[in-house]
Amino acid sequence: MTPPDVEDLLRELGPQALGAVARRYGAFAEAEDAVQEALATAAVDWPAGLPDRPLSWLITVASRRLVDEYRRTDARRRREELAASLSIHRQETVSSSDDSLVMLFLCCDDTLSSTLSIPLTLRAVAGLTTREIAAAYLVPESTMAQRISRAKAKLRGRRFELPADPTARLRSVCEVLYLLFNEGYTSSSGPDLSRVDLSGEAIRLARMLYGQVPGDPEVAGLLALMLLTEARRSARTSEDGALVPLAEQNRSLWDRALISEGLQLLNATLAAGRIGEYQLIASISALHDEATSHASTRWAEVAKAYTRLESLTGNPMVRLNRAVAVAMVEGPASGLALLDGLELRDSHRLHAVRAHLLERSGDLAEAARCYAAAAARTDNARERDYLVEQAARVNAK
Amino acid sequence: MRYMLLQAYGDVELEGCGPMTEWAPDDVRAHIDFQHALNAELLDSGELVDAQGLAGPDVAKFVVSDGVNPPKIIDGPYPESKELLAGYRLVDVDSLDRAIEIAARSSAAPGPGGLPIQQPIEVRQVMGAPDPEV
Repeated sequence: MTPPDVEDLLRELGPQALGAVARRYGAFAEAEDAVQEALATAAVDWPAGLPDRPLSWLITVASRRLVDEYRRTDARRRREELAASLSIHRQETVSSSDDSLVMLFLCCDDTLSSTLSIPLTLRAVAGLTTREIAAAYLVPESTMAQRISRAKAKLRGRRFELPADPTARLRSVCEVLYLLFNEGYTSSSGPDLSRVDLSGEAIRLARMLYGQVPGDPEVAGLLALMLLTEARRSARTSEDGALVPLAEQNRSLWDRALISEGLQLLNATLAAGRIGEYQLIASISALHDEATSHASTRWAEVAKAYTRLESLTGNPMVRLNRAVAVAMVEGPASGLALLDGLELRDSHRLHAVRAHLLERSGDLAEAARCYAAAAARTDNARERDYLVEQAARVNAK
Repeated sequence: MRYMLLQAYGDVELEGCGPMTEWAPDDVRAHIDFQHALNAELLDSGELVDAQGLAGPDVAKFVVSDGVNPPKIIDGPYPESKELLAGYRLVDVDSLDRAIEIAARSSAAPGPGGLPIQQPIEVRQVMGAPDPEV
């Protein structure tokens, strides 16, 4: 077992070493293999005594592995490739944060599905070990190692350089980080400390991305959205891990520092114009964060933001949230009317929202039926517990 | 040895025990708490390998394929949905007796009025890899 301080150091230096090696040799996937081997060696050797310059040590060891690997495969083609990459990539001084951005673009490549891009991002850019990522996703380490290998295989031969169209590609990066954040947000279960905090990693990466492209309003919107949502985390689950819906959360548990940071970022971004999806979701989150109670939330504005979001994205899931907000303003009947004829693949949410609005309108029998239907269709165990309890509660009324 | 402790949607032996969504709210909470506490205890003792609940029969699918034509996909729910698996615990224990003990605890989970629901638990040994020495 590697001591925690060495583990932390490796985690911090791993991505930096990878950036440096990949930049020098141009080949990202091959560099990742080599850096992983260097990290494994360091995990064994370093606890006995750190090298004088740990980062240089990692870069040197990984470079040697990489060159050995090229020699071993010993095809002329490979040597030519290496020579070509060496000649094109001048040894200019590039900061390690630039490297991180290039790595993010590579890891979040369009050719990778999110089941491949997220683990690769966590390992290459966030510096997590395969074991930690596997534990976070509750799959065996060998399965996760295989996924990362498949991701790298798809990127083999790709140059370590910024894409030609960084703005368009930024969308894929945002999407991957948002998925990662949501994964952490919905799966985090209170006392289980052995699992890596995926939302925290998503925020760390979003901060880094924002530091690189502070002028992109959607990147700022994404970071703001994460901060404004994360602020409510400790109020979102009870001590035994059960879900606490927004309406019932203890708002004094919300993290004021995160909220004010998120608000500041969001307001500065909105002022610049060019509104997009993440800024809209962040605005809605901000409206909740600013409200002192569920009832005093500015629901009309929430509803308006959802209307804009729905027309911007065409995502039918947005309609559900809009219906809840509209019901808060105009009453449950208006909310229910918005749900008529709505077809969703993720149907348990539709049933759950309908149940909630039916309960508010006083139709308890139908509400209980819808809660039960939602419970029967959810794929999240904690959500099912919550929905079963709601059905039982309404039945008992 | 590893055992799968399987829970089906089948009838429980407690008389008059309807679906959970129709129990008193406190009874639902007590049942959920019981399951969590049992998992925590087995995790503590180092015996729990995995515990999963499966999404309901309504969203289950049966797939049959001859390997050539597009597969036949039959959506749930089915008339025989009671035989479907609802969830499982995978435990790594010293003996069959211990596996049975855990199954018995799980079977006696509290239901309406706190009475044990007496749910049948199927205990199945997980086959290991062949011994490399043999």
